[in-house]
Amino acid sequence: MQTALRLVAVLALAALLAVPLFPQIVYPVFVMQTLCFMLFACAFNLLLGHTGILSFGHAAFLGSGAYITGYCAKFLALPAELSILAGTLTGAALGAVFGALAIRRSGIYLAMITLAMSQLVYFFYLQAPFTGAEDGMQQIPRGTLFGLLDLHNDVTLYYVVFATIAGGLWVVWRTVNSPFGAVLRAIREHEPRAISLGYPVARYKVVVFTLSAGLSGLAGSMKAIIFQLAALNDVHWHTSGDVVLMTLLGGMNTVFGPAAGALLVSALTRYLDPFGAWVTVVIGVVFMACVLVFREGIVGKLQHVLRRRPREKRQAVDREGMVRTSE
Amino acid sequence: MSEPILEASNLSKNFNGFHAVNNVSLRIEQGTIHALIGANGAGKTTCFNLLSKFLAPSSGRIRLKGRDITRFRPDRVARLGLVRSFQLSAVFASLTALENVGLALQRRRGESFDFWRSTRKLDDNRARAEELLDAVGLADDHHTLAAELPYGRKRALELATTLGKDPEVMLLDEPTAGMATEDVGHITRLIREVARGRTVVMVEHNLGVVSELCDRITVLARGEILVEGDYDTVARDERVIESYIGGGGHA
Ligand SMILES: Nc1ncnc2c1ncn2[C@@H]1O[C@H](COP(=O)(O)OP(=O)(O)O)[C@@H](O)[C@H]1O
Ligand SMILES: [Mg+2]
Repeated sequence: MQTALRLVAVLALAALLAVPLFPQIVYPVFVMQTLCFMLFACAFNLLLGHTGILSFGHAAFLGSGAYITGYCAKFLALPAELSILAGTLTGAALGAVFGALAIRRSGIYLAMITLAMSQLVYFFYLQAPFTGAEDGMQQIPRGTLFGLLDLHNDVTLYYVVFATIAGGLWVVWRTVNSPFGAVLRAIREHEPRAISLGYPVARYKVVVFTLSAGLSGLAGSMKAIIFQLAALNDVHWHTSGDVVLMTLLGGMNTVFGPAAGALLVSALTRYLDPFGAWVTVVIGVVFMACVLVFREGIVGKLQHVLRRRPREKRQAVDREGMVRTSE
Repeated sequence: MSEPILEASNLSKNFNGFHAVNNVSLRIEQGTIHALIGANGAGKTTCFNLLSKFLAPSSGRIRLKGRDITRFRPDRVARLGLVRSFQLSAVFASLTALENVGLALQRRRGESFDFWRSTRKLDDNRARAEELLDAVGLADDHHTLAAELPYGRKRALELATTLGKDPEVMLLDEPTAGMATEDVGHITRLIREVARGRTVVMVEHNLGVVSELCDRITVLARGEILVEGDYDTVARDERVIESYIGGGGHA
């Protein structure tokens, strides 16, 4: 059963690696953009799915990654790797601040606080002199990576983006499957119990916020390099909403489900583009259908179906009374 | 008399003017099992919340092992060796029994903030986790999700998890509530076993369990201490009899 999923993953990987060879079939820039959203959604889900925190301000991290990378590359003429690093670190720093301020509350209040803070960030980029306001920051130079890889070459750019996003996704996977990730699950499942086991929950939340925001910043940085543009779209609250949607569609109880959600939303947006405003409606309908048909998301449902058989057998054994004492 | 391991002096908590706990002083001696009893709403759970620092007291002081913990955060109190359970069973529902106990075994250094390490780092704890589960009678449930366990087993799992912290002081809030009679016997035996070498404070409505387990009993009524003493003293006290009968006979 797991092999089926693995096979799909391997095929998807092969297809992704082949993308620059067949630009006439699928537009590489579209794939790269989708990859960025995949990382964005999976990073966001570190909070929502794996810690149980709903942030509604993640666009601030994505957008800051894009703007700061753009600023460094365009105005400071820094090499690509340093610009990307600066964008990522800005995202992380901002995440630490958001986290420290927001985690005093929970649930919908926490979401409102993150939304409010991300709106402040939005207005900062709207007003700041270097961002080009509504026009966005244009003509960001791609430069060269480590003085070796010329990112103006589309094929090189593609593989660099692919490797970077893969690295980011690996960090997400590692985090979920780490001792730290285990504590996050405990916090999600029963916060007071996690505290009573001695875990300083607030500190864990700030760390995971920082991590999630840093990876979101990385996604934004790569996006700025790909499009050579950082725009208000990336910091707009719509984007904060989109990432929630992608995550729920893909499945928040999985590590890479949100990536599938990102792919779906990205593809719908692109291929339904000729229908104009109807895109929103279609995505809305798809979303409702998904929520109604499989609440655990596409990938969540898939995993569930693939695993159901063995569990049912096991449950039959487990459903006996309690007392089986050691006497 | 030696210094008590846990001591509360003149502890009070009021919720917007309502005195849930009023001027309560407790001395919990090391190595004893101490019961906190009283009708519903008497303030027992609030007392636990204060002692474990899940709530900040309105006034009064708390000392643990000679140390003033009145201003400590609850996670720090837990790390000092006082671990509480909850009135409604508190398990990590979508994790397996092994994972539940494993969370109590993760060490602070190198095993908790490390997001760059593999969970394989935790395999060393596994044998201990299995041992704890076996000890509470969950030998066949290592890989069962906590959510799928029947209520009695959930409580047993909770106890195993608490024991994972190897606490010096355990606060157990109604460990047998809502259980079938045979499960009550099971849990009672378990508590007696694990209480060896530890100090236990428990809220318990089942007076049979109390008489069987507890060295000392404090009776709370309307947030205040009514009587304190061993079982016979308390059981003979007229105010206790009156308050239990007057309070709807809930024991
Ligand atoms: N967080 C709270 N806010 C307001 N009132 C509370 C709170 N917690 C408990 N109380 C009140 O304090 C009283 C004592 O409650 P509790 O300690 O839970 O009683 P017990 O555990 O003895 O049944 C009750 O009247 C309850 O309604
Ligand atoms: Mg209570």
